[in-house]
Amino acid sequence: MDVVSSQTVSVEVNGTTYEREVEARRLLIHFLRDDLDLTGSHVGCDTGNCGACSVILDGTLVKSCMLLAVQADGSSIETVEGLSQEDELNPLQQAFKDQHALQCGYCTPGMLMSATALLRDNPSPSDDEIAKAIQGNICRCTGYWNIFKAVKAASGQEVGE
Amino acid sequence: MLLSEVGYARPATLEQALGVLAEYPGARALAGGQTLVNVMKARAAAPDVLVDLAGIPELKGIELAGDGTLELGAMTTYSELIASAEARARPILGEVCAQIADVQVRNRGTIGGNVCSSDPTNHLPPLLVALGATFTVAGPQGERTVPAGEFFLGVYMTAAGPGELLTKITVPPGRNDGFASVPIGVDGTCIVNAAASMNGGVRVALGCVGATPVLVEAESADAVRDAVRESAIDPPSDVHASADYRRHLAEVVAARAVEQAGKAS
Repeated sequence: MDVVSSQTVSVEVNGTTYEREVEARRLLIHFLRDDLDLTGSHVGCDTGNCGACSVILDGTLVKSCMLLAVQADGSSIETVEGLSQEDELNPLQQAFKDQHALQCGYCTPGMLMSATALLRDNPSPSDDEIAKAIQGNICRCTGYWNIFKAVKAASGQEVGE
Repeated sequence: MLLSEVGYARPATLEQALGVLAEYPGARALAGGQTLVNVMKARAAAPDVLVDLAGIPELKGIELAGDGTLELGAMTTYSELIASAEARARPILGEVCAQIADVQVRNRGTIGGNVCSSDPTNHLPPLLVALGATFTVAGPQGERTVPAGEFFLGVYMTAAGPGELLTKITVPPGRNDGFASVPIGVDGTCIVNAAASMNGGVRVALGCVGATPVLVEAESADAVRDAVRESAIDPPSDVHASADYRRHLAEVVAARAVEQAGKAS
């Protein structure tokens, strides 16, 4: 059984296949940002608390700072860059804009991926389900209420004041 | 963050994984990584080699036997357990896993990793002690089983020693279970937790009050607070709670867990 200190990692990110030689110690978030130049996913706390680095890996929401790039070899990854189509915001992103669901925007890539994962599993989430779904994402501007409204609006539900 | 240099192996079989662990004494098993990767960032652990268990089919899957016994592969994630129809044979398992951290962590974190890290604030050690689960450990000399009550040896120490791997957790049938905790914030780290099982007798396992779960058996549900009080637990003091306050909470959460167990069916 081979033990390697680096290896070729092949991943599909937002429909494009990338292949790079990667050190085993490299975290997935740095592979995405520094090797693939996909800087949409953010490094917030780097301790697995804030969720700014959230991406969807083989259909599952994960924090990319808690995963080695080599662990993701052979997987399909979705990041915030994959949400819009030809410079058009997707309905969830548009809802974030309409509901003023971002101030500084640092948490937004992670919030969008968490909300994307939620709405895929559950197209019409209850208030509790939205709260649970974004529990792993911290907004330091504390703009949770507008984020909450945006997710609700994107799911086609009526949004209160 | 840049981790220390580390080797990486992704075995396809249990035998290969045990082989790498035997060959490299500084190797550590990598399950979901939701603890280990963070610990490596903090330089609190610096394994020479990470043995990624994600590619080993023998460690996955949930099986329900005809008599209601559940066999949970060590690499089962919390989310897989929560979603599993089979695991509903013992509903408390999914209920407790749903209280751990957040969606992202539950999607990666595994039940094997939870118990093998033997963090005294984790949810599953007291739960599996209360339920009377059995852990199967594989090593160079073959396989052996360890009762949950004997698996946890100390803070970060378990009966799965160097060169060994936890492969599965066997949970006996039963439905009258409960769990209660006082966490730091909703679904945060537990200050004190307790799991109860009333499937013949009243068993309560207390977490966060010692290095390992403390099993308390009471004669009846009503006697649980007295039993906890007389159990001579010696909990730690920290910024979140004094030892005295933890001792008080232990009684309270034990009573709540027993109350839930009494209502479950």
